[in-house]
Amino acid sequence: MTANQVAFLLVGGLAALGATGVVACGEKPVRSALCLVLNFFLLGVLYFMLGAELLGIIQVMVYAGAIMVLFLFVVMVLALQSQEAPRHKERRWPLAIVGAIALAATVASVIVTFDPSPFSQPVGDGYGKPQAIGAYLFTEYALPFEVASVLLLVGIVGSVLLARRNA
Amino acid sequence: MNVNALIPTVDWRALAPFTIVVCTGIVALIIEMLRPRRNNNLVVGVSLFGLLVAGWSLFGMLGGPSDESFAGMILNDRFGQILQLVMVGSCAVCFLFSEPYLREKRIPFAEFYPLALWSTAGGMLMVSSKHLLMVFLGLELLSISLYCLAGMSRYESKSEESALKYFLLGSFASAFLLMGIAFIYGETASLHLGRISEVLGAASASPLSTIGAAMVLVGLGFKLALVPFHQWTPDVYQGAPTNVTAFMAAVSKVAALGALVRFLWAIGTLDTVWFPLMWWVAVATMTVGNLAALVQNDVKRTLGYSSIAHAGYLLVGVLAAFSAPGRVSLDATAFYLISYAAMTIGAFAVISLTASGQHEGTRFYDVRGLWKRAPWAAGCLVVFLCSLIGIPITSGFFGKLLIFQAAFDAGLPALAVLLAVNSAISTYYYLGIIQAAFVTEEGAVAPRFGKPSASLNLACAVCLAGVLGAGLFAGPLIRGMGTAEVGPPVGVPVQDPLTIHTKNTSD
Amino acid sequence: MLGRGIFQAVFGEFLPILLLMLVAAVVAGAMVTLSWVLGPKKDTPYKSSTYECGVTPVGNAIERFPIKFYLVAILFVLFDIEVVFLWSWITVFKGATIQYQVFSGVAVGIYLVLWIIGDAYVIKVGALEWDEEPQVAPEKLLPTPVEAPTIAAGSHS
Repeated sequence: MTANQVAFLLVGGLAALGATGVVACGEKPVRSALCLVLNFFLLGVLYFMLGAELLGIIQVMVYAGAIMVLFLFVVMVLALQSQEAPRHKERRWPLAIVGAIALAATVASVIVTFDPSPFSQPVGDGYGKPQAIGAYLFTEYALPFEVASVLLLVGIVGSVLLARRNA
Repeated sequence: MNVNALIPTVDWRALAPFTIVVCTGIVALIIEMLRPRRNNNLVVGVSLFGLLVAGWSLFGMLGGPSDESFAGMILNDRFGQILQLVMVGSCAVCFLFSEPYLREKRIPFAEFYPLALWSTAGGMLMVSSKHLLMVFLGLELLSISLYCLAGMSRYESKSEESALKYFLLGSFASAFLLMGIAFIYGETASLHLGRISEVLGAASASPLSTIGAAMVLVGLGFKLALVPFHQWTPDVYQGAPTNVTAFMAAVSKVAALGALVRFLWAIGTLDTVWFPLMWWVAVATMTVGNLAALVQNDVKRTLGYSSIAHAGYLLVGVLAAFSAPGRVSLDATAFYLISYAAMTIGAFAVISLTASGQHEGTRFYDVRGLWKRAPWAAGCLVVFLCSLIGIPITSGFFGKLLIFQAAFDAGLPALAVLLAVNSAISTYYYLGIIQAAFVTEEGAVAPRFGKPSASLNLACAVCLAGVLGAGLFAGPLIRGMGTAEVGPPVGVPVQDPLTIHTKNTSD
Repeated sequence: MLGRGIFQAVFGEFLPILLLMLVAAVVAGAMVTLSWVLGPKKDTPYKSSTYECGVTPVGNAIERFPIKFYLVAILFVLFDIEVVFLWSWITVFKGATIQYQVFSGVAVGIYLVLWIIGDAYVIKVGALEWDEEPQVAPEKLLPTPVEAPTIAAGSHS
């Protein structure tokens, strides 16, 4: 086992634990949200380990930072109370277990038969670094970038229209 | 580190329609922001003027050769230009009858106009690019604006329901689309459909590209409301404000169909898988849409299901063009799109009359007595519905006839027959709407309609001209369409490899 | 072979950041644990009230909040995403060729203009005004003179 794999198992395992926590704390939304922070953050670490630095930074800044604020606001705005959360019927368990096993089997079959050779070529120098993305985003991909800015403008106007404009 | 990315060719002319529409939206927003007026007339006027200019610039480009610019992001070809013209026209007609409707419903937010303009711009991007990144961004621009517009009528819970359903299912479909694009990129190392079809054509189909293509088809099929992915349509169409529904039914369907045609063309090498699949999707879409429409009691819901059925007819045209390349072109489909846009917007425009005060009911019994209060609009409604059925001299008839003929020519007689049978079934519910509007007397209760405004009558007249004009001049229109060059269809290897930085004028 | 080598190999230049996070975790953990272990625990009803020296709370804190809070959060997320784009630009701008600087400068300029228009709109329509609701011009809500509503007459009879 290489050092890389040990680190991956450590970070990936903790991330999976965080993801489990999100579902397991279903009746306490704030705890779920905090587990999600852990998961988002560790995903960012995984991106760093893969050399996708910009993606890692965006993951931490946007997801672990901003999106989580949004989640907590939703929890607050909806005023979810623990006693209001519907209790899951016990008889759903068998179905859930069957589903989980089926999914696990599918994933396992893919992993077993997976041929990594097309994906094992080394990426170029500086791949995934902010500089590389900056170099392409503002030249070749300048038009999609501008369209994204129109999209963000739509987001601003649309959210104001839906949330605050009163007649 | 050294930057070896190239500065792309900037072709303002190819991008002009998109830029004009986006800038018109910005100007409209600034007008509302700086000087909120007593009415939205100025915003409407500016928006209509911008759409006119965009349409004019598109019209000027129609004859030109197709080329790519912006590093392969923008494709300027005849098929895309025609679809863009349809979208610009649809948006303009929707604006014509929006203002009285929004005022009648007491939701006169001027933000409707910029958001609808940006939505149109997103749709225009979808059909004027062969780059999957642009297709995705265009789809998001189209959809996110529509999510907001669907929920614009905030005091109505059905409008909120419409927006929420559309948003949740739509973002789910977008996730599918994006995941599929990622899979295809993993297989072909390109996002450009020209390059993708080249790579896929050279190798045998791998699981990665098959799953990727399936996911992209799910994403586009959702937007087009093809049958396994159609469940959102009736609820969203019913709940959204009627002018938004009209816009949605026309613009987003045209855009999704354009993107679907380009995508199906690129994965043509997988035709052993995709052709039978899309064949069944077309059959299911026509049949389910029409059968479900039979049992509705709400006009907007019925028209929603009818739009599903029409998506099926359009898909028949597309499949015919793909299965007999060279002999059958996409002209029939493009013609049908034009007439579909005109008759659907027209029908919704007339239905928007059922708003009175803050109340709006669109059940069949709510449109009773329409012909007494608004004879012109009711008369137009009859023509639109006849066109939707496919009764001669309307453009709907010629559109269906052309698609029927195309399907026969392409050796798909089963699809052609099913199309005819479905058209016959659809007669029942369209006549049901006509009956409700004409035959049945209005009840003794208070009148249910706002008076038709001049601009609504104008919108009806424009749609009427579209429906009848396209019917009368079907021959010249079809000959002028010339979408045959949309791309090498199924099975034919692509001639020239993708040339990103040079103009590619020999198509 | 486990040990410092691993982390050096995996995290490379990010080792200092990892160490920083480790130190932060230890310090924060120690503060909480030590004050919990060492601190005196006297529990009186007065001490365990919500605000020991403040007002007595009225009602439950868990209730529905106005949508204004959420709008601020959404606008913050949009702002955050806009900034992230700029960040990859400034990392490459200084060392790039003049063609890149001009082209990307124009691209970012258009981007910023759209952003500023969006924020100007938010401020101008008063979406961030806390006290009053942003209204559309009241005249727009009146029925247009030509189209007098006919329903009002019928509802009384």
